[in-house]
Amino acid sequence: MSEQPMIEVAALSKTFGENTVLRSVDLKVARGEVVALIGPSGSGKSTLLRCLNLLVVPDGGRVRVGELSFAFGSSARLPGTQALAKFRAATGMVFQQFNLFPHMTVLANVMEGPLTVRRMARPAAETLARSLLAKVGLSDKAEQYPSRLSGGQKQRVAIARALAMEPAVMLFDEATSALDPELVGEVLGVMQALAAEGMTMVIVTHEIAFAREVADRVVFLRDGVILEDGPARQVIDSPREAATQAFLSHFHRQREA
Amino acid sequence: MYQWDFAVVWSYRWLFVNGLGVTLAFTLAIVVLGLLAGLVSGLARLSSFAPLRWLSQGYVEVFRCTPVLVQLVWFYYALPMLAGIEMTATTAGILALSLYGGAFYSEIVRGGIASIETGQSEAALALGMTPAQSMRRIVLPQALKRMVPPLMNQSIIQLKNTSLVSVLAVPDLLYQGQAAAHDSYRPLEIYTVVAVIYFVVLFPLTLLVNRLERRLARAD
Ligand SMILES: Nc1ncnc2c1ncn2[C@@H]1O[C@H](COP(=O)(O)OP(=O)(O)OP(=O)(O)O)[C@@H](O)[C@H]1O
Ligand SMILES: [Mg+2]
Repeated sequence: MSEQPMIEVAALSKTFGENTVLRSVDLKVARGEVVALIGPSGSGKSTLLRCLNLLVVPDGGRVRVGELSFAFGSSARLPGTQALAKFRAATGMVFQQFNLFPHMTVLANVMEGPLTVRRMARPAAETLARSLLAKVGLSDKAEQYPSRLSGGQKQRVAIARALAMEPAVMLFDEATSALDPELVGEVLGVMQALAAEGMTMVIVTHEIAFAREVADRVVFLRDGVILEDGPARQVIDSPREAATQAFLSHFHRQREA
Repeated sequence: MYQWDFAVVWSYRWLFVNGLGVTLAFTLAIVVLGLLAGLVSGLARLSSFAPLRWLSQGYVEVFRCTPVLVQLVWFYYALPMLAGIEMTATTAGILALSLYGGAFYSEIVRGGIASIETGQSEAALALGMTPAQSMRRIVLPQALKRMVPPLMNQSIIQLKNTSLVSVLAVPDLLYQGQAAAHDSYRPLEIYTVVAVIYFVVLFPLTLLVNRLERRLARAD
């Protein structure tokens, strides 16, 4: 790989009180690559993802996304408010619970980033927002309030809202886990289309079939350590590590139950 | 059997009107200033800068844990000696009651902001907003809506509290009532009318708060 990776995490560690959640994690994600992050509950998937946009501030290590890089540790100074905001503006995040702004219409939700953070003019922001709503198939919901939408529609708005920042990477934390089963497909469809466009993505998911289908790489995390990292099909179909095998088989049983 | 005679009240009508005017003006002043103090203190209470939090908490507790009448008297008699400044009864009354109300408003503001799910500010920060932008654009607008009924309730209490300034001889409704009662030897009628006036002003306000509360409950 000659080009420098889009995301680079080195020796990342995080402890909450007594609880060490990430233990010197290294991860590289190339431009346009889609990486699925899987692992048992409490293994640190969300924490790792949230370290990528510094919603969680690591205790040690380095995080770089695009050109912006931060080092953490006893000697490093914590990034300031403006630096943090700038860093986060370059990474889009989609949450399990959608977290749409309930006091704003769908259109205003999507325009919020461009207006407040990017300081775009209102007409330009609206054009951008409407085109993104069209992209996620929700043009007709622009004037609605989020409370009137189904879970799947809410999550697609949330994706449009994140895309409105024109981020270099997109992070998804169990974007479909809060959805009724019949609504999962429409959200995965949008994510798949994004991947096909060449968006760099890190996806925390329990949708193993989707990870196998859409991700280039699957990373298996357990107890804050990356135990396996390889091509999606290989990791899911024939994992090298016993722990990955155990996790995946447990997962199949759960699915069938 | 006591012979009620409300006819005598009519001759004091201008006293009541003036008194009510003073009471309402006083209420307006202490509600506005109190809200300001409450907003500043409530935000300070949520600051990541610890000394600000301590300052805010100290302020709230001092004013919540001393009787408001004691505060009024202290501001009128003690503070001027301490600070070496002259203070009219009105100034002392406005200062004490605003700060007293502000302590309660502060708790309402803090609670309202804390009631907004952390996911909201996380989503705002994830978009690249600064914490201040997130507060102003996302959290406060939602929190304010939830705060309106309790803030109005506290303001109703504030209106009632203005009657305490009569002890400093501020000519509010109660003070004028006292004057009329002494003058007419008809305290029963006069104080009854004073009570009725307070009730007539406050009852519609409590109805309004109830309606707002129901509307917000439905909207959630
Ligand atoms: N803000 C926090 N404060 C304290 N502990 C936390 C915090 N966030 C996460 N943890 C702890 O860190 C550990 C890893 O949590 P994390 O949410 O990263 O796991 P996860 O792999 O995403 O799990 P899940 O599949 O259940 O979402 C857990 O033990 C959790 O309790
Ligand atoms: Mg998680």
